[in-house]
Amino acid sequence: MALNCRHVWEHISEYIDNTLDPQVRADVERHLETCEICSAILDSTRNIIVLIADDRVFELPLDFSKRLHARLDDVLKAEYPETLGMGP
Amino acid sequence: MTVPTPVDPHETASEQTLIASILAGQRESFHLLIRPYEQQLYRTALALVKNEAEAEDVVQDAVLKAYRKLASFRGDSKFSTWLIAITLNEARGRLRKEGRVAIDSLDEQREDNGGDYTPAALIDWREVPLAALERKEIRALIQQAVAELPETYREIITLRDVEELSVNDTAALLGISVALVKVRLHRARMLLQKRLVPHLRLVTKPPRKGLGFGRLSWL
Repeated sequence: MALNCRHVWEHISEYIDNTLDPQVRADVERHLETCEICSAILDSTRNIIVLIADDRVFELPLDFSKRLHARLDDVLKAEYPETLGMGP
Repeated sequence: MTVPTPVDPHETASEQTLIASILAGQRESFHLLIRPYEQQLYRTALALVKNEAEAEDVVQDAVLKAYRKLASFRGDSKFSTWLIAITLNEARGRLRKEGRVAIDSLDEQREDNGGDYTPAALIDWREVPLAALERKEIRALIQQAVAELPETYREIITLRDVEELSVNDTAALLGISVALVKVRLHRARMLLQKRLVPHLRLVTKPPRKGLGFGRLSWL
């Protein structure tokens, strides 16, 4: 089926995740081959996803871990985890 | 990307052993159990509450809650997913308490009704070599754009595109259908595309326009 640009935009996210039905994917690909605008939108969306994932390498605030484990320590010393009832 | 994340049997086995020992009285082992996930929990909290000090409080409260409720972890999801779910709920609770959700929901409703958006169609940006990007400036732009998303979209972007949880894990964690995960993710990504591309283009200042120039192939 020939898709127009608006249809293709609806499929961009699933196209990137490779979860489109094979027939739809083929239709999208056929459109992308000839449509410079849609392939630019696809590429820029992909780039943004990569940049978002880049955010993973940031540093924790200074002494974040120290404060977390100190607070945890107080609780661990004082409390046992709650126990579940003996029900099914 | 959307195939359910396989659970690493070794990791799960050692976590299960740790959990069992904690529940049997080795309480100190809880430190070890959560250590690998601190960054992930903090990023998730920060994406929602958008304030470093508050995100830290959210993580601390979530971790304490996870300890107290450890016996209710059933092992039918990954331990990390369970921890993220607790953190997410903690962060949502705070947003609700402060009334910050109302604005987000309105925003989202508008998006849902008028879901007929037009992506930013700028052909130059994709061709900018990655090396030329001002990384710091770009990162700030991305963080700001994500922070400005409505809450549900921030959640979905954080879980899927930052933490790279599978669609199925994300759906289970948020208590929504796989189809809704896909719809929200699509809208969130398109919103980011629309907001970011014009700015990124300004920041990156391509040296030359035209389709023939150094097409990016870093994906």
